[in-house]
Order: sequence, then structure tokens, then C-alpha cells
Amino acid sequence: MLVAGAARAHKPSDSYLSIAVDGARIEGQWDIALRDLEYAIGLDADGNGEITWGELRAKHDAIAAYALARLALRAGKPDCALKATGHLFDEHSDGGYAVLRFAADCGGDPGALEARYGLFFDLDPQHRGLARFTAGGATQTAIFSPERPTHRVELVAPSALATLLQYGREGVWHIWIGFDHVLFLLSLLLPAVLVLRRESGARSWASVGRARDAFWGVLKVVTAFTVAHSITLSAAALGWVSLPSRLVESVIAASVVLAALNNVRPLVGEGRWMVAFGFGLVHGFGFASVLADLGLPDEALLLALLGFNVGVELGQLAIVCVFLPVAYAVRETSIYRHWVLRGGSVAIAVLAALWFVERAFDVRIFG
Amino acid sequence: MKRVFIVAGWMLVATVAAAPRIPGADAEILERLAFRRSDPAAQELRALRRAHLAAPGDAAAAARLARRYFELASAEGDPRYIGYAEAALRPWPGADAPTEVLLVRALLRQYRHAFPPALEDLARVIERDPANREAMFWRAALYLVGADYDRARAECARMEPVASRLTVLACKSAADSVTGGARAAYDALAALMAAEPPRDPEFRVWVVTRLGEMAQRSGDDARAERHFREALEGSKALGAADPFVLAAYADLLLDLGRAREVLELLRGRERSDILLVRLALAQAATGDAGAAASARALRDRFEDAARRGDRLHLQEESRCLLALQKDPKRALEAARENWKTQREPRDARVLMEAALAAGDAAAARDALDWMARTGYEEPRYRALAERLRGGAK
Repeated sequence: MLVAGAARAHKPSDSYLSIAVDGARIEGQWDIALRDLEYAIGLDADGNGEITWGELRAKHDAIAAYALARLALRAGKPDCALKATGHLFDEHSDGGYAVLRFAADCGGDPGALEARYGLFFDLDPQHRGLARFTAGGATQTAIFSPERPTHRVELVAPSALATLLQYGREGVWHIWIGFDHVLFLLSLLLPAVLVLRRESGARSWASVGRARDAFWGVLKVVTAFTVAHSITLSAAALGWVSLPSRLVESVIAASVVLAALNNVRPLVGEGRWMVAFGFGLVHGFGFASVLADLGLPDEALLLALLGFNVGVELGQLAIVCVFLPVAYAVRETSIYRHWVLRGGSVAIAVLAALWFVERAFDVRIFG
Repeated sequence: MKRVFIVAGWMLVATVAAAPRIPGADAEILERLAFRRSDPAAQELRALRRAHLAAPGDAAAAARLARRYFELASAEGDPRYIGYAEAALRPWPGADAPTEVLLVRALLRQYRHAFPPALEDLARVIERDPANREAMFWRAALYLVGADYDRARAECARMEPVASRLTVLACKSAADSVTGGARAAYDALAALMAAEPPRDPEFRVWVVTRLGEMAQRSGDDARAERHFREALEGSKALGAADPFVLAAYADLLLDLGRAREVLELLRGRERSDILLVRLALAQAATGDAGAAASARALRDRFEDAARRGDRLHLQEESRCLLALQKDPKRALEAARENWKTQREPRDARVLMEAALAAGDAAAARDALDWMARTGYEEPRYRALAERLRGGAK
């Protein structure tokens, strides 16, 4: 906002394009620097180094023709027809701008808009088109550059349910493919159908008497894990806390090693839920980096976060519901106690130890 | 009562004027251009541009036009000209471009702080044309920006067969003055300049500016001031006060607590970001009425730059965040990011000041290592480093 006489900045060339979509009606406003227009098509008719409103008015048709020929909007096959509807003037930090208002006829209600921008790139590769698209109350921004001259904009904001489902699906998927998380959880759950006994100084596993105890043990561990990683996933996704990813991934791998080894050399029995909580906090940061790669929508941030979290829990729950009845049924067998619990845990520990080496020392073991 | 209405009405108009409007009269002036059509500079540019457009494949014509734009960008502090220059060189994007194109492209790249690609282009130029003084000169300068003093000195030595003794010594002195030999470097350069005065007035301004910097580094502020004033007069006589000299002199005055003189020095120079920064710092220090507006304008400019993906003035941004916005944490982040691309003394100082203010001495480790490695002498810097080391756990 400038009052006449205030200092104007020197900066590289930008134009400001805002497009508002309201059903089938699409209206645009394009602020283009007078300086750039002077360079491209010439505005200073009398050559006195000043551009007056009169000189600008005389060039309004030429400006509209020049600019609109270098912007293409498409919501389907043929390009939308662009028509100038008004010419005004405004000031930005580096000087005066011609304000071109236009309407786009895309033949109906567009669900998505593809915009191709080519203004001034041939004259100035440092020019940027700073764009803002508004549809249904939501705003998206984009920067057009010679490297990125095209942007696609979804106009129909997904419903709350759609956002929840979309991110929920991602959550389920990412816990299922998150082998380190799954193995950590399973390592803590394998002994859930057993009970730690101390007999003559040595600790060993024995079958749990009642299904209810197994169920209760599982519930404690899973809940602790869930609460912990939800906390840190949310904190990291919202940008409140941030940890270096190499550290996070290494600690996650280490947690799997420790959880698995605990089954071979039991140190923690009933307190496994605390281990689940403590390491769950670190696992949450691991999920957060996945979520960061997916991208959270600005306008539905909490909804997406909630959806992802719920998805992770449901995915976990599915694994547990498959695992628990089977484990309970075979808990008496030596196959379970020796091969699955001990042997399986050793295998998990070895695998996780290799992960640890990979992540902590930045080497590649698994190609 | 009437006064209140007038004030309120003015504020309303001022806010409304921020939105697009239809000007009231045809004669209203909306934009002042850099040149009138009849200005010699404009005519020269038009001729160069016409020659280039007539034969876009003519590398020499394109390079001439691009170089003229580069000179304008440097003199005005106006980056738009760099974009125009880049467009002229577009037909030759690769490493096999003609030599004159490579050289100008290097200059454009270093303007935009793309130092490694600029060095690559310069290396190719020197490979093809080992006597290209300008390329060697710039390469030495870029090595200094990257704190690569050995390479810088080697480059200065490489210039010996093709450059004047003064040029070579000025080049070497620039490196020596940063690595603990400021006083000796100053004396040698001053003596040679007296014995073999430069004929080119622009070069003279350049040497005098370097002398000012060296005096400052050796702790002789009075002498530094004399040289900066001399350089300023020299550049004004050539057409316009050099923005770089203005910035250096303003910084010295700010350090000496003479902020009021900075207000006078930089009056009317708000268009250039780097000069507006010094002006804003002076306004804040003196409680000048324009301080808030300048600070806001700077914050807007840095945000605009970040929005389009260009954060070229991180050093200045850090200073503003620290001194004007009182945000040491973000100032430190900017200073650390800045250190990744440039490592001149002031870049180290900005990092140390931000780290001190943020209470994070460990974050300034790079700057402290640099101080130790170079033995940089300037007293203010040593005091800063001492405070950081003293507070470090």
C-alpha cells in the first residue's frame, strides 16, 4: 500500500494474477507492471520518460490482446475464450501496474482448470506469474515460471468426508507397508498371549490363563503405541516439533531391535505398554515424514491429519485382529514359543539391526 | 472536529487508493521510467537491442547488449535488467557457448548469487583465453566471496603477465587483508597507488574503496572514512554514487554511532534493497519518523522475494530480522542459510551477531572457525567472537 511519494522498490519482474471461479462464471484480474509493458510493447508515446493515464488508455486494446494471447485456461478440450472486461490501475512495491480484468468462458461448470502462462518469458526469464485461484471459498496459489509454465487447479474442494477417506486410506496403507512399525508392534504383541514367570531365579514364558488377560495386555500395548504416535505425528505435522529424519529412522530401527530382543531375553513383561508408549513417540515422527511427502491441504489440515491418524489406527487394528486370535489359539504349542516367539524375534532383531546400520550410518545394505 | 474529519477522510482515501482504481485525469503520471527516449543511454540501448533483434544468432551483439544491461543492473541495483540480459543470451545455454557469451553469463550468474555456475563459466573462459584479465579478476573476486583465499591468490598471480602491477597487488591485498595482514596489505597498496596512479577513473574508485576496507579491517576507522568519502566523490564525478561504496560507508558510520549522517547519505536511495536496509537501520537507531515505514517496506520486499522463490539478500534479511523485527531466531536461520552461499567477513559477522542474540553460540561455529582460520583482525569482529566463546558452554 503506497501513498504517492513513498519509495518504490527495485525487484525482478512479477505479475499478479487472480482467478475467481463461481460455478460457470470465471473472472480474472491481472496486474501487469507498466515497466514491463513499456519494454514489451511500448507505452510512452511521447517519449518523455513518463507514462500517463492517457498514454495507457490508448494502449488498452493492445495490452489486452498481448496479455490474453499469452494466457491459456482450459477446463476440458478447447481453450476457454478470454475477454477483457475492464482496465484499471494499481500500485505495487516496485511501481505502477496496469490492471486487466477479464472473463473466461469455459462452456459450463469446470471441475478443474489447467492454466498455461507465457507472459514475458521470452523477454525476461526471471519474470514470474504469481497466481491465486479462488473457488468455493478455498484459495490455491501457484507460481508460473519458464520452468513451470503450467499449473492444474482442482476447483471443487473435496467434501470433508472425501478428505477423511482419502487420508484415511493413506494412513491404512502406510502402516501396512511400514514394516518397521508393524514389526515393532508385533514384537511387543507376540508375548501378549503368554505370561512372564519367574521360576527359581530364571524368567520364562508361560501361557496366559484367560483370553481376557491376553486381550487386556494387547489393548494396553496398542493403545499406548497409538496415543504416543498420534501425539508426535500431530505435533510434527503441525510444525510444532521437528526432529532430523536420520535420527528418527535410526531410533525406530533400534526400537524394533530392542522390542524383539526383549522376547528372547525378557527384561520387560507387564511394562511393555510403557515401551510401546516411549518408542511410539518416535514412531510418530516417522509417520509425520510420510505425511509431509503426501502433502497436507492448507484448507483441510486438521481433517486430513485426523483422517490419516484414524487410518493408521484402523490399519493397526486390522493387523492385531488377525494376529491375536491365531496367537491365542497356538500359544501352547512349542512352535509358537520356540519358532515364532524366539526364532521369529531373533530374525526380526537381525533385520532391524541391519536397518539400524543402514539408517544410522547412511549406507545401503538392502539394494 | 473538522481536523478529525480531514484526517479520517485522508486515511479512508489512502486505504481505498490501495485497491485498483481508474485514474481521474489523462494527464496523471502513473509511472516514471528510467530513461527518456532521447537520453543517450536510452538511444544506445535501443541501438544495441535493434542490432541483437536483427541477428539473434550473433553472439557478439547479444553479449554486448547483455553486458550493457548488466552494467545498468549494477549501477542502479535493479535486477530486472539481469532478466533482459539473460533473454539475450538464451540461444547459447550450454557450456559450449561462445567465449564472450560465457563471460557475460558468468557476470549475470554471480549477480544472482549463483556462484558455482559462475565459476564454471569463468573457468571455461580462462581455459580458452588464458589472457582474459576480466575473467581472472572476477574469478578471484568470487573465490574471495567463498572464502577460498589460496585460490584467490593464485588467480591474482595468474594475472601478472596481463595486468598492471596495481591490479595484481589490489587483488592480492584483498585476500591478504582478510587473512591477518590488513595493515601490511594497506601500506603496500597505498604506496603503489601513490607511485603508479591508475589512469582509469573507475578503477581508481575501486582501488580507493579497497583501501577503505583494508583500513577498516586493520582497525583504522578514520582512514577508512577518508577513503570511502574519496571513493564516493570519485564515483559521483563519473555519473552516480556507487551503491556498493554507499553501503560500505553507511555501515562504517553505523558502527561509529553516526546514524544521523547515514540518513543524509542515503536520502532518496530507497529503491535499492541493500541501501534501504542501511537507511532503515539508521532510522531505527535515531528514532526517525520514517523508521516504521522502512521496516515494513523491507519486510514486504523480503516476503515478496520469498514468495517468488528468490532469497538473494539473506545477509540483509538477517540484519533486518535482528535489528528491526527483533527476531533473533529467524535472523539466525537466515544467517546460517546465507553462509551456505557466501562467506565474506560481514557474512560471518551477521552470523555471530544473530547467534549471540539468539543465545546459541554453537550455531556460530562456522563463523568462529573462519575467524580462527583466517586470523581476521577487525577489532569489532574479535570482540564478537570473544563474547561468543566466553558464553559457550
